[in-house]
Amino acid sequence: MLKIEAIIQPAKLDDVKNALIEAGIDGITILEARGHGRQKGHSEFYRGREYTIDLNPKVKLEMVIHDELKDKAIEAILSTARTGRIGDGKIFVSRIDDAIRIRNDERGESAI
Amino acid sequence: MRRPVARFVLLAFLLAMPLALMAQAPDSAPATQAQIAALQQEVTAARSAGDNAWVLISAALVLLMTAPGLTLFYGGLVRRKNILGTMMQSFAMMGLVTVLWATIGYSLAFGHGNGFIGGFEHVFLRGVGLTPNTDYAATIPEQTFMVYQLMFAIITPALITGAFAERVKFGAMAVFLSLWSLLIYCPMAHMIWGVGGILNVTGGRWPCLDFAGGTVVHITSGVSALVAAIYLGKRSGYPHTSMTPHSMVLSFIGASLLWVGWFGFNAGSALSASPLATSAFINTQFAAAAAALSWTLVEWLQNGKPTALGAISGAVAGLATITQASGYVQPMSSIWIGLAAGTVCCLMVFKVKKYFGYDDSLDAFGVHGMGGTMGALFTGLLASATINPVFGKDAAGNLVATGAIDGNWHQIYNQTVAMGTGWSLAIVGTLTLLWLVDKTMGLRLSTADEQAGLDLSQHGEEGYEFNS
Repeated sequence: MLKIEAIIQPAKLDDVKNALIEAGIDGITILEARGHGRQKGHSEFYRGREYTIDLNPKVKLEMVIHDELKDKAIEAILSTARTGRIGDGKIFVSRIDDAIRIRNDERGESAI
Repeated sequence: MRRPVARFVLLAFLLAMPLALMAQAPDSAPATQAQIAALQQEVTAARSAGDNAWVLISAALVLLMTAPGLTLFYGGLVRRKNILGTMMQSFAMMGLVTVLWATIGYSLAFGHGNGFIGGFEHVFLRGVGLTPNTDYAATIPEQTFMVYQLMFAIITPALITGAFAERVKFGAMAVFLSLWSLLIYCPMAHMIWGVGGILNVTGGRWPCLDFAGGTVVHITSGVSALVAAIYLGKRSGYPHTSMTPHSMVLSFIGASLLWVGWFGFNAGSALSASPLATSAFINTQFAAAAAALSWTLVEWLQNGKPTALGAISGAVAGLATITQASGYVQPMSSIWIGLAAGTVCCLMVFKVKKYFGYDDSLDAFGVHGMGGTMGALFTGLLASATINPVFGKDAAGNLVATGAIDGNWHQIYNQTVAMGTGWSLAIVGTLTLLWLVDKTMGLRLSTADEQAGLDLSQHGEEGYEFNS
């Protein structure tokens, strides 16, 4: 079991989500997020005062998948979320110890 | 085919009827007199109905400026933890000032009294009935005039709350602004609008042209706002912590409602559904539009982007500036006034505030104080007797010039006297009241309460609940 977390540009959400569903990934959780990497922030002006907004709006997707879907999932995200410019986001992959379905106490691979 | 015939018969009957009546009544002359008197009464009633309808609607429009206009405009500009507290500060004035106005405020502003303040004859609205008070408005019930003026008395202290946003105790603020309403607003209104006032346009020592309250409302509130901002000090963290407006959308709606409500403020100040109301209405629209354009343009050139906040701030600046001139100047003059208002107020907020470093949080002084002051001078410069012949006619039957543009340069002096009176009263009065309230109740929130936000610390609720 793997967890894939992807931080992407909000505008890319629909494309990424559709590509993931097409790749056979059933469960996705989406969070509205704010943050920055190397992109840093941008400036906003309110009544002539400049504010540096260093936390940009992002969308974070989380999914826990079977190992064999890893490459398909990553490929789906890369092919849809990439603009080639700074600020496109990141994908993190980590191993998951267990999964429990709350409804019926099902455990492990079958719970995801 | 039969209808024209029927009409002809009816017409002939109607024409014949007076003849028949006259034939029946030998004493026809008194009957005609009575008819004329009855007709005159009906004309007066009809005129009163029209005027009363317009002024009552205007009163409602002016109340709309305070809530939801100002509450949304200011509410959107503060941080999210302060939205309810900020809205409550304005809304509280709707409750407090209304009760004060009924008990004593109206009397202090519009009673006879002396040159500086009204008397006590209208305390508890004694003698304020449904017949007109010819001192102020000859065609509408005095109660209409009273309630219309009440709406001005409500919004004026509410404007000040923009200066000490996000850092004042609710109770202390309510006491301060209640006293302010009675001891600063009422005298100023009396001096300029009240019978016998020293700045009254008809009969005052220094007749001041203030159509809808540029001096009475915007100078007093704007200058008091500056004093309050300096007295209270900066918000903790200002200017290093980010204090961006939490919802420009709310502010946008609020400012747009202010614009609409301002038609009641200015055109309603004609106190009749007259051509003068049309003048004021058009000037209001023109100045707001021109100022929205000029502020946006200055900001665009200055910072590279035309912001939404700039556009709406410009409109409000234009409205505050045209208020005093609205019933005195030609339409084209109001465009010039608007262009100047947007430019000067923008630079005031961008440059001057930064230079001096005071925290006039929502720019009540930069917009209203500055706009009101400019408006006072512009009115003296551009007032035209053809729009409003408020000084009447001379012996030769010509209109007496009202503004410098028509040759009455002395009016600029009179406007300056009124403006100086407004500034002085606001500075001295506000400082005194702030000091009194501060020493007895304490004005400023503790740092912990300020960090928690007005909503939680002052009202025990939140504008935006996470789990509901």
